[in-house]
Amino acid sequence: MAFEIFTFSFMQRAIISGIAIAILCSIIGLFLVLRRYSLFGDAIAHSSFGGIALGLMAGVYPLWTAYGVSIVSALIMTRIKDKFNISGDASIAVLLSSGIAVGLVIIGLSGGFTINIFSFLFGSILLVSINDTILILTLTGIILIVILLLYRQLLYSTFNEEQAKISGIPVEKINYLIVFMAGITVVTSIQLVGVLLISALFVIPNVTAIMYGRGFKQTSIISMGFSIFSVVAGILISYIFDITPAGTIVLFAIGIFACTIGIKSTGLLSKT
Amino acid sequence: MIAEIENLTVEYPGVKALENVSFSVNQGDFLGIIGPNGAGKSTLFSCMLRLQKKYQGTIKFFGQDIKKSQDYLKEIGYVPQKPIFEKNFPVTVNDVVRMGLRKESDESKVDEILQQLWIHELRKRRIGELSGGQQQRVFIAKALVNNPKILILDEPVTGIDQQSIDLFYSILTELNSKQNITIIWSSHDLDAVNQLANHVACLNRTLFFHGESDDFFKNPELVKQYSESSMQEHMHHH
Repeated sequence: MAFEIFTFSFMQRAIISGIAIAILCSIIGLFLVLRRYSLFGDAIAHSSFGGIALGLMAGVYPLWTAYGVSIVSALIMTRIKDKFNISGDASIAVLLSSGIAVGLVIIGLSGGFTINIFSFLFGSILLVSINDTILILTLTGIILIVILLLYRQLLYSTFNEEQAKISGIPVEKINYLIVFMAGITVVTSIQLVGVLLISALFVIPNVTAIMYGRGFKQTSIISMGFSIFSVVAGILISYIFDITPAGTIVLFAIGIFACTIGIKSTGLLSKT
Repeated sequence: MIAEIENLTVEYPGVKALENVSFSVNQGDFLGIIGPNGAGKSTLFSCMLRLQKKYQGTIKFFGQDIKKSQDYLKEIGYVPQKPIFEKNFPVTVNDVVRMGLRKESDESKVDEILQQLWIHELRKRRIGELSGGQQQRVFIAKALVNNPKILILDEPVTGIDQQSIDLFYSILTELNSKQNITIIWSSHDLDAVNQLANHVACLNRTLFFHGESDDFFKNPELVKQYSESSMQEHMHHH
């Protein structure tokens, strides 16, 4: 039975899409976590809820409207935050609640469409179509190429904005680029874990990987490894036991986190 | 001439952080900028590095107004007062120095500079694990990795033990004398400036003195006047 699973084309699509999303969330999440912006993914996800509701009401494919609404609102919020000196956590709270509020009002106005909205709240990775998979792979490829090309600028402006500016790096543009890429990543990942659990994929593998005391590249590879393992194991186990994939994936990530803390407290890992 | 500052005035609401400051820096100068806390040293550097863009007056590097072009930044290595980063930030010494590298092709330069500053054996350690003195050397390495013509250091020895400070000063002297790197360095340690710098600028919102360091330190009357003017804040700091 174990290997039979892999012959189902829906399972192949789920696993391939899942791995791509795992890689994407892990690398974008690492920049967000290090910028003390851990909950930003969550805020974008919640604002995408408004976009999804809008799409369902307008009869447009909801993820398209979600991309538009999330990216635009995240960029606007970042601009407001910089211009009016609002703290990061407060701006996250504003973005998060306004997305949900807009979504709820739209759902109310259109008389409710509970069934559709559930798959976006909790993810539906086993339902991804071949077109979804192609889109996910394409976006992952583009974002990874951008990150590789701008690796030094992204890392430097995350490490120390002031010094990066003095080195001639356009820090403000880089910040918007990260927000933009985070917006795309979040909406792309909604199909895997849903709006409610997205920040888990952004944060948990990275927080775990950072504990291993390595440099940046190794940390990001460790994080991707944990992320991919959680996603693949989560999809398979949830299918076998007929439970929710999103929850199972996140529990695997939390399991690795807990094990790492356990190993660390025995002193087997370096102190940092 | 490397740098010219003309009539620099910076106003924050209700306070003048700098007023009519003018001086120039020549190739090969080792300029010590001294002044008590709040004298405007960091503000001056912020203006020179284009971090602070609201000021009156002109700042020129290599004859160019820095408001018109930021190309001069390529020739500058900057070492901040106390670099701020998370202790757990997952970057090694190697990662940090490499961040400073403008061209990937100059990779061999990283190893060379790490060796020059005696931190090669630390290259795989995370920056957060190192002592203050070691971290400071890493940040000098990062500043030097593009072969800058000018090194700007903002009170670089704050919170560092004496042995590391001595090592740090000998590195600066060598960079200036052997590699002819122009150094602009702020400090509130008069003795250190007296020993190392060949030029001195005394700042206390306005420029109290600028010239060869011997002209300042061998003139007891001038040193006394300066010390008195900044005494209270200086004592307070120590």
